Amino acid sequence: MTETIINVILFAMLVTTAFAIVRMTRLFAVVMLSGVFSLLTAMLFVTLDAVDVAFTEAAVGAGISTVLMLGTIALTSRSTKPSTRSNAMPLLLVTLTGAVLVYGTLDMPAFGDPNAPAQTHLAPHYLNESITEIDVPNVVTSILASYRGFDTLGETAVVFAAGIGVLLILSGLRRRREEEEEDEA
Amino acid sequence: MEHHLILRVVTKLLVGTIILFAFYVQFHGDFSPGGGFQAGVIMAVAFILYGLVFGLVAVQQVFPPWIVHKLVALGVLVYAGTGIWNMVLGYEFLHYGSLNPHHMSHGQHTGIIWVEAGVGITVTGVMIAIFYAFAGRAPRLGDDDW
Repeated sequence: MTETIINVILFAMLVTTAFAIVRMTRLFAVVMLSGVFSLLTAMLFVTLDAVDVAFTEAAVGAGISTVLMLGTIALTSRSTKPSTRSNAMPLLLVTLTGAVLVYGTLDMPAFGDPNAPAQTHLAPHYLNESITEIDVPNVVTSILASYRGFDTLGETAVVFAAGIGVLLILSGLRRRREEEEEDEA
Repeated sequence: MEHHLILRVVTKLLVGTIILFAFYVQFHGDFSPGGGFQAGVIMAVAFILYGLVFGLVAVQQVFPPWIVHKLVALGVLVYAGTGIWNMVLGYEFLHYGSLNPHHMSHGQHTGIIWVEAGVGITVTGVMIAIFYAFAGRAPRLGDDDW
């Protein structure tokens, strides 16, 4: 019962934050509110007992991306330009996508269903055997680093590739600008 | 931000604590929530905070960009290197048990420490490198511009 109340309150705050983000034109406030949005999502993960995911969401979503978005604002503009086009088409698209997503959840097993496919195949093995096979108290770590070690290697490679991509794009631009300045001089 | 005395003092107090917390999250990930990803981000935050308050030049003296760029690749190498070391020992790629064949779960512990370290190094490097890339292009903003 308490959990339901907490969930309702958190979701209400989440929706309120989303509407506030849509209504704002000052991008500084938008970035701060998106940090709040991530923090609320992290709290929802905590109520689902997914503390590792909540930790990541709080550190990455509310922490680093807020700082990087502020950096982006510093490079571009402080406020959004008022839209001149009608909002009808985007609203229709968003509503349609949302309806399709809700329709998609109808086929999903009920929350916490012990017969759900996710609970019946590998999960019991991980939960029962990891203490003898890996002997690490935090099952999330043993799945992430050992049972699914190959996936995590892939994730690390993705982070690596993303970092290299951003570096190439941003430093390439800087070099070009310096060359232009040299040409002018 | 030269005139923000409180910010500067608080930052100096916080940076060490944040780095310590990052190491805790990194090496205590076997027992509590956390691991390489989270620890890497927290570690990067310590340097980003320092850079935001004391300026890009100051933080790049502490942590030069060329080291950061090397770290980005080093983490992936540590992770993949652990897997290849397992193969050298005659087991499958990323079969950490091979690090201690008489006591497989001890080998698993060692392997997990190494790969988590790899993840942490890459994430730290990438986050700081992205921050440097953004901050290096930013015009200096006054406090009233926001």
